[in-house]
Amino acid sequence: MGLSGKDLVGLQHLPAEEIKLILDNALPMKGIIQRQIKKVPTLRGHAMVTVFYEASTRTRASFDLAAKYLSADTIGITAATSSVKKGESLRDTARTIAAMGADVVVLRHPLAGAAELLARTLKAAVINAGDGAHEHPTQALLDLFTVNEKKGRINGLKVAIIGDILHSRVARSNIWGFTRLGAQVRLAGPATLMPPGVEQMGARVCGRIEDALDGADVVYILRIQRERQQQGLFPGVREYSRLFGLNAARLKLAVPDALVMHPGPMNRGVEIDPEIADGLQSVITEQVTNGVAVRMAVLYLLTGGGSQHEITY
Amino acid sequence: MKLLIKGGTLIDPATGKVGELDLLVIDGRIAKTGVNLSAGDAEVLDAAGKLVTPGLIDMHVHLREPGFEAKETIFSGSCAAARGGFTSIACMPNTNPVADCAAIISYIRGRARKAGKVNVYPIGAITSGSKGAELAEMGDMQEAGAVAFSDDGQPVISAGLMRRAMQYAGMLNMTIISHCEDKSLASGGVMHEGYLSTVLGLPGIPACAEEVMVARDILLAEETGCPVHIAHVSTAGSVRLVREARARGIRVTAEVTPHHFTLTDEAVTGYNTSTKVNPPLRTGADVAAVRQGLADGTISVIATDHAPHTIEEKDVEYGLAPFGMVGLETAVGLVWTELVATGILTPLEAVAKLTLNPATILGLPKGELAVGADADITIIDPAATWTVDPEQFASKGRNTPFAGRVLQGLPYATILGGRIVMREGALA
Repeated sequence: MGLSGKDLVGLQHLPAEEIKLILDNALPMKGIIQRQIKKVPTLRGHAMVTVFYEASTRTRASFDLAAKYLSADTIGITAATSSVKKGESLRDTARTIAAMGADVVVLRHPLAGAAELLARTLKAAVINAGDGAHEHPTQALLDLFTVNEKKGRINGLKVAIIGDILHSRVARSNIWGFTRLGAQVRLAGPATLMPPGVEQMGARVCGRIEDALDGADVVYILRIQRERQQQGLFPGVREYSRLFGLNAARLKLAVPDALVMHPGPMNRGVEIDPEIADGLQSVITEQVTNGVAVRMAVLYLLTGGGSQHEITY
Repeated sequence: MKLLIKGGTLIDPATGKVGELDLLVIDGRIAKTGVNLSAGDAEVLDAAGKLVTPGLIDMHVHLREPGFEAKETIFSGSCAAARGGFTSIACMPNTNPVADCAAIISYIRGRARKAGKVNVYPIGAITSGSKGAELAEMGDMQEAGAVAFSDDGQPVISAGLMRRAMQYAGMLNMTIISHCEDKSLASGGVMHEGYLSTVLGLPGIPACAEEVMVARDILLAEETGCPVHIAHVSTAGSVRLVREARARGIRVTAEVTPHHFTLTDEAVTGYNTSTKVNPPLRTGADVAAVRQGLADGTISVIATDHAPHTIEEKDVEYGLAPFGMVGLETAVGLVWTELVATGILTPLEAVAKLTLNPATILGLPKGELAVGADADITIIDPAATWTVDPEQFASKGRNTPFAGRVLQGLPYATILGGRIVMREGALA
C-alpha cells in the first residue's frame, strides 16, 4: 500500500496505518544513510523544491539531503516574509514553481494554513515543513520513529511534552501522532502558553511539570522563545528555568530509561540542563539522523513509492 | 404613476398586522390597502403566495467608497442591496478618507442619489479619522445627513473618550454604534479562541475581548443616557449583558449578523478566508445564545456587516487576509432558512428586525406600510429555494462562506418610492 493523500500537511487526519507505513519505510532508509555510498537511484528524474518563508537550518538541510540520497534533483527558494506583503502572493509563487515541473514542494511558512493553501493550488505533492503554530508532521514522524526504535513500541507509553505548547506546531503534530499510535500524552507549561481546548486533542494538561514527568517514558522538551517574554506571556527565562526547566532531579521522576528529546535548536540552561541534553538518556542527536531517514520515506511514498503493492495485495 | 401589489400577504411590524391584502401605490406613496382593490390604470404586480413587507433596512454596511472602489462602490453596493431586498442601508464611515466630517457625508449622499437604487444613510465617525483621539464634528455631520455615529472596524479604546462621545451624541439625540473589541485581548487573533484555534494553530480572539467592551459601553450608556447600539454581537456573554441592561431600562440595543446566527468556528477548518470575519465566528453555544437573544427580543436588529474585499486580498494565507464577508445578497435567505423556517422567529418578528427596529434606532421615517408612507416595499418569496452563487452577486465582493449553500426564502422584488428597482433578481 501507499499513502492515500497527495500531500503531507499534518498528522491530524493521517490514519495510524499510514503513519506506520512511513515509519516502516524509514527503517531501510536509515540503512542507506549508514552506508559508505549514500545514494540510491529511487527518485532519479524527480525534482523537489524547498520553499522556506522562515529561517531554518536543520529542517531544510534534512529535506535536501533526504532528496539527494534518493537521487532527486533539488533546489531551495528562500522567500523573506516581508516580500510576501509587497510582492508575489504565495499562490503565484507556487504556480511558478509548479510550472517549472516540481514533483514535490516542501513548504516552511510562518502562517498556519499555508501548506493547505499550497496543496489546494498545486498538482505536485506538498510536504508541510512547518506552518505557523499548526503542524510540523515530519518532525513528529521522526520523533515517533526515534521512540519506536528505542522502546520497540509507541502503544501504552507515557509521553510528557513540556514548554510553550501554544505556539508549538511540533507539540500539535506530536499530540496527534503519539495518541493515534496509542501513547498517553501529558502536557505541562506556563498556563499562559497552554492553548485552550488542547485536552480535546486527546492530551492531558498537568498543572505542574512534576505531574507530567511522573513515570514518563518519553520527556519531550520544547524550545522557549525569548520573544514570548516581551509579549508578556511569561515573566522571564530565569523563572521559566526554575519552574519548567528539565534538570537531573526532575528527570528522576520519569522511568529510569526514559528518553529525553528536543526538536532543536536548544536553549541550553533554559529549558534543558546541558548535562541532560548531552546525557545518556538524550536521543537529541539521533532525532536529527532519523529526520533524514523519515523524510526519505515520505518523499519515496509521496512520489508513488509503495503503491504498486496495492495491485499485488 | 400607480402600482398595485396584488394578492400578497402584507406584514406590517408597525401595526403588528399580517393579512392578505392588496396594496396600492400612487406617486411614490402608499395610497391604500384593502381586499380586492381594483387595478384601474395601475401597473399590477402579482404577489400571490408572497410576503409584502416594508422595504428592508440594513443598518450595517460597508460601501468602501470613497477610497476602496476595487472592493465596492456606492453604486455596486446599492445594486447588491436592491438584489438583497433592501431599500435602505446605513454605511459605515471606515472609508478613505474616513467619513468624519460633513463634506464626506454629503459626498456619499450625493453619490448614492446618483446611483438611485436604494436610500443610503451615512454613519459618521465618532472620532476624527476614527483614530480614537479627538471627537469628530458630530453636529455638522448630523446636519449633513449622518444618522448615527460609529468608529466601526475600530473600537474606541479610551473609555474616557467614549464617555465624552456619548455625552455629546446624547445632546444631539443621536445613537452611538459601538464596535466592541478590546484590542489588548484580541491582539493578533484571526478566529475565535478555543479548541479549533488550537487545532488549526491560528491565533485566537477570546469571547471576553468583545464582552469586556460591551459591559463598559453599557455602563457608559447608563451613566450618560445616550442610546447605544451594540454592533455585530457574537457571544453568549454579550447577549446576557445586553439582556440584563435592557431589563434595567438602559437605552441599549443590539444587532446580530446572519453569519453569526448561522455559522460556528467549525467553518474555519480548511482555512477558507471567506470565514475570516471580525468578530469571529464563535461556538455552537454562542450561536444558540444569539438565536435565543433574537427570539426573546434582546437582539432587535438583524444587520449584515456587508464587508466586500477583492479576490486578490482574500486569496492569501488566512493570517494575511482582511476581515469581513459580504452579506447583502444572502441575508433574506439566511433569515428565512435559519430563523423563520426553524420557528425561532415568526415572519412578523423577522420583518420587524429587518425594518421597523433599525428605522427606530436610526430615526428614519421608514419601516411601515401605513397609508401615506414612502412606498419602500420588499416582496419576499418565502418558499423559493435557491443556491448561493457568488458569481451572480451585484456586489463586487465574492467573499462569502455560503457559496453553494441551498437557502429557502428569496427577495422577489424591491420597490423604492413606488419604483421597482429589482424584480426576480434583475435590477431595473
